[in-house]
Amino acid sequence: MKTVSLTIDGNKVTASEGDKVLWAALDNGIYIPNLCALRDAAEPAAACRLCFIEVEGCSKPVTACTEPVQEGMVVNTKGANALRLARTGFELLMASHPVDCAHCASNGVCELQIIARHLSIKLKSKRFRKLLRELPIDSSSPEFVYDPNKCVLCGRCVWICRERLGIGALGFAYRGFKRMVTTFGGEPIAESSCHGCDECVLACPTGALTLKDQHGGVSRAQRQKDPQPTAP
Amino acid sequence: MALNKDKRMAEEQAEFKQQTKQILKRFGRKRSNLIPILQKVQGKLGYLPREAMLEIAEFLNMPDIDVYSVVTFYNQFRLNPPGKHSIRVCLGTACHMKGGYITLDAWKRRLEIEPSETTPDREFDLDTVACVGCCTMAPVTVVDNKPQGKVEPTKVDGLLLGFELERKKQKPGGQLPTDEA
Repeated sequence: MKTVSLTIDGNKVTASEGDKVLWAALDNGIYIPNLCALRDAAEPAAACRLCFIEVEGCSKPVTACTEPVQEGMVVNTKGANALRLARTGFELLMASHPVDCAHCASNGVCELQIIARHLSIKLKSKRFRKLLRELPIDSSSPEFVYDPNKCVLCGRCVWICRERLGIGALGFAYRGFKRMVTTFGGEPIAESSCHGCDECVLACPTGALTLKDQHGGVSRAQRQKDPQPTAP
Repeated sequence: MALNKDKRMAEEQAEFKQQTKQILKRFGRKRSNLIPILQKVQGKLGYLPREAMLEIAEFLNMPDIDVYSVVTFYNQFRLNPPGKHSIRVCLGTACHMKGGYITLDAWKRRLEIEPSETTPDREFDLDTVACVGCCTMAPVTVVDNKPQGKVEPTKVDGLLLGFELERKKQKPGGQLPTDEA
């Protein structure tokens, strides 16, 4: 396969032709915030609006996940305009995300924390009014807990469940603020076509899908109320 | 009686399946046919019951969640059976300014359901619409396709009382409708 060389943040890197800038950067140890990107997906979702970069010769910032690499391309991931867009996108995302990291099973591995640090902004933004969804938590699966309130709608779990595993237990439903990842008819995950393979949990960038046997995967109070067998 | 109800429900479900299958005969197994199929099925059944959605998903060879996704995305599709009377509360700009949400709250409280739901006795279904084009009458509620203007909570009570009286007229003696065993 033909390779092309380009410059990202002053570093000369090479990538295969047709590759997207996001993957070229990540493969070379240059981080660009992203949530919805999936390397194997046929088409980038380009839904999270966090991977904005500036390309020399382009008047406006572009999303790295949709921008193909080109010979001699000069990319700046730290441009003021790109970061401004990414920060606003992230703050809007956090406006409906409950920030309770101390009690969240994903504390420390959460990609939202990584992105906030990278963009040097706080998880709790004061710029936008907080609007939480207050949806019920689904702990019916013996393997994992699904808290739709923490979901950022990146669609990774949906893609993996359908495209990679061919199960299709999870999908998007509703529209606008009510949009959520759910099962057919909104039934509990245990009653859906879910196989309990945990692949979606591994793909989840936030604390929306967490393993049950993980420490704190379910709050202690909930575990007493709703005893569930833990994964072997 | 509970057994009877279960039996009735099973019969209804079988009926839904049958009718959906009948409609599917007229369509090809193409993904792009999903919305026309949903429209036809809803036109026939009045809403999209679970059985119909499963049948359609199998016919088009797609995950059932995809059908559910489309059904919940468009306002046009209903997941609940339509009631005998339809209540559509306008939340357009003018109605919003004139307290459309107060009207909606009044309906919700009186009928004890949320928008896009149907009362358990299938008398009323409640929904919201974005402007019906008679903003001078705001806040508007369209009751059985007839726009009602200046619907304040007291008018909600009045409209409901009207339906109550009508029902009593149909059932001489004024007894409340009971579930026949």
